[in-house]
Amino acid sequence: MDTFLTSIQEDILREIGNIGAGNAATSLSQLLRKKIDMEVPSIRIVALNELIEQIGGPEQIIAATVFRVEGDAPGTVYFIMALKEAENLVHEILQDDIAIFDPETMRQNEMAISVLKEIGNILTGAYLSALSDFTRLDMRPSIPYLGIDMAGAVIVDGLLELSHVIDYALIIDTKISSHEPTNGIKGQFFFIPDADSFNKLFTSLGINEYE
Amino acid sequence: MSKYQQIIKVGIADLNIVKAPDKIRTSGLGSCVGVVIYDEKMKLGGLAHIMLPDSQQAKLVNKNNYKYADTAIKILVEKMVLQGAMPYRLRAKIAGGAQMFKFNNGNDMMRIGPRNIEAVKQTLAKYRIPIIAADVGGSSGRTIEFDPETKQLKIRTVNKGETFI
Repeated sequence: MDTFLTSIQEDILREIGNIGAGNAATSLSQLLRKKIDMEVPSIRIVALNELIEQIGGPEQIIAATVFRVEGDAPGTVYFIMALKEAENLVHEILQDDIAIFDPETMRQNEMAISVLKEIGNILTGAYLSALSDFTRLDMRPSIPYLGIDMAGAVIVDGLLELSHVIDYALIIDTKISSHEPTNGIKGQFFFIPDADSFNKLFTSLGINEYE
Repeated sequence: MSKYQQIIKVGIADLNIVKAPDKIRTSGLGSCVGVVIYDEKMKLGGLAHIMLPDSQQAKLVNKNNYKYADTAIKILVEKMVLQGAMPYRLRAKIAGGAQMFKFNNGNDMMRIGPRNIEAVKQTLAKYRIPIIAADVGGSSGRTIEFDPETKQLKIRTVNKGETFI
């Protein structure tokens, strides 16, 4: 993979992040009947260790929904929330203050997990279908998986496919959040296309690598 | 002890060595395996955070040798010996190799945890380094910290707290 992007390529990847996360934000907004904001996506080329530092370090506990994209432009999509924010989301949906980890047994609460799985499915599905419509590429999601654990463990396991090929990942990073000053809901989408997928993404949008 | 105690951190696909009283740690092991190799007499401990079993499968030209079980353990042993460790005195403790996601499709890639554990055991056997203790498998992330002074490996998980092996 060329680790240098032209500004037009960067714009295209940013647009991909916009469209995917925009659609997901709309879904979440409808679900919660709340306003959901979205930040301008950032496009970065990072080593694995940097990526994990950026989401709070390897020991930070996160709730991550992960799926593989199969089809024309394979890659990995993550929807990541900090534990506290995932909990806020569960409270919002269930209108009940349950903890994800039972404070005594440290077991995961099944009801909370099921809510997070479902939300993860909806959001990541919305992200990918918008992307697939936009690029007119065949992009099919694998079954999504939810992992609630240390960021290092969860992120690396979703990227193993990629790490055989490269030591760096290009990530399209988009944050969405609700407005509230406290108990807000924040999430972060990472789309990490496989190395071979970039040209397909660019070509599908009418830009080839020589432009 | 006059020397200020440090904790050296090892990243993903990285390795390092410490001498007591310093400690060495790595965080967030999922399917990755943390391999500790130590020389009790020299109070020397090395740690490698291994991601993948076999460097032969790599599709990269300039691959990071710290990433694979076969190459990382070789480098770690060589570094230990350079620091004065005796090969016959080396012992190992290993942790990690979990399966973080329950993928159903039986894809070989998804069984990476068990494959990492197997590759680490084989490589250690090749160098005749006995495994004194292991905490492997399961489905939880682990953070590990080794103290060459006591030879204790501290393991922390999200739901089981801290244990020592």
